[in-house]
Amino acid sequence: MQITLTVNGTLRELDVPENTLLVDILRERLRLTGTHVGCDTSQCGACTVHLNGRAVKSCTVLAGQADGTSVLTIEGIGTPDVLHPMQAAFRECHALQCGFCTPCMIMAAIDLVENHKELDNKSVREGLEGNFCRCTGYHNIVRAVLSAAEKMAAKA
Amino acid sequence: MYRFKHHRPTTIDEAQSIFAACDDPSYLSGGMTLIPTMKQRLASPTDLIDLSQVEGLTGITFHSGLVRIGAFTRHAVVANSAEVAKAIPALAYLAAQIGDNQVRNRGTLGGSVANSDPAADYPAAVVGLGATIVTSQRQIAGDTFFQDLFETALEPGELITAIEFPIPEKAVYRKFPNPASRYAVAGVMVARFPRGVRVGVTGAGPCAFRATALENALNQSFNPDALNAVEIPDAGFNSDLHASAEYRAHLVKVLAKRAVQALC
Repeated sequence: MQITLTVNGTLRELDVPENTLLVDILRERLRLTGTHVGCDTSQCGACTVHLNGRAVKSCTVLAGQADGTSVLTIEGIGTPDVLHPMQAAFRECHALQCGFCTPCMIMAAIDLVENHKELDNKSVREGLEGNFCRCTGYHNIVRAVLSAAEKMAAKA
Repeated sequence: MYRFKHHRPTTIDEAQSIFAACDDPSYLSGGMTLIPTMKQRLASPTDLIDLSQVEGLTGITFHSGLVRIGAFTRHAVVANSAEVAKAIPALAYLAAQIGDNQVRNRGTLGGSVANSDPAADYPAAVVGLGATIVTSQRQIAGDTFFQDLFETALEPGELITAIEFPIPEKAVYRKFPNPASRYAVAGVMVARFPRGVRVGVTGAGPCAFRATALENALNQSFNPDALNAVEIPDAGFNSDLHASAEYRAHLVKVLAKRAVQALC
């Protein structure tokens, strides 16, 4: 099927089989491999991207559902020279070990900060229930999200 | 996942016409259950009829004594609605307990209810609040809607368009979530209406049901201790690696008591 979607601000026109998943479009067709496939069963959250501004698991979005949408991936939020405040906070707070979950932890965390007010330790942990870190480094991840939330609020 | 054809109708009539013309069709709402099921090849519809573009399936409106929620309304919208939280706080709370943030950003009310997953949250609200399921054809009482494991009163091709939840005096939802999936091992909605108490249970049996024994006890005396003597038979209850039928029966009573405690 022919689909059109905006990925990280660039309009993309693609011809893909109807049973293609958004995560495979991103990784295989557009070579945006920062978005990972972890469990492939919509539990681990490693494939989290923003679809029309909200965090979703891209392993559970079909090509036809992505048609006409705007997608934001980890590649679209900052540059190596100018990190997104959430990326900078993850680095600052040592919020990653192996790094596999990091891109999508960051995407999920940005959704939390942008769409959920008054974050604290408890609400960040609840908000990240859909993202697994198998290094179990949650403590510093929560610190990073709260730190970035402050900086993002100050900037806004 | 097997190949299928993806249809995107814009009206209810068009969606139903496509359904009637296809070999083995399935409606696609948020896809939070259907897509994983297809990936495991436990479902292999020839045609997916995507409801995301269909007019008239979203929105939350308030009428005399009830909240009407369009079937395609996503869980996050209900969970974050200040108006729903004001009218039926337990319903907004319930929606906020479903799955995780990403799942709530995709999953829909109609999809959850039409699926009749035994561990889904919304069915407890449909039964516990005595909701009415509005479909493309008719209105179905929430009490008769859920029939068995993944079985509802819906006819093939019949489409849920909205659900009307009566506004109770007070209601509370209590759930024991599976720590990994966040599905309800058991969940109980206790609601007080002028004409009596309703108790909706999910997670415990093959589908959501009213716990009439608990309702009767609470109608006589609305306090947690009134439930002490009530027996919850576990016959026919779900039993799996997460919890035995006996454990689920115990949970139903514990959760009901906690809900009543919160309402007193």
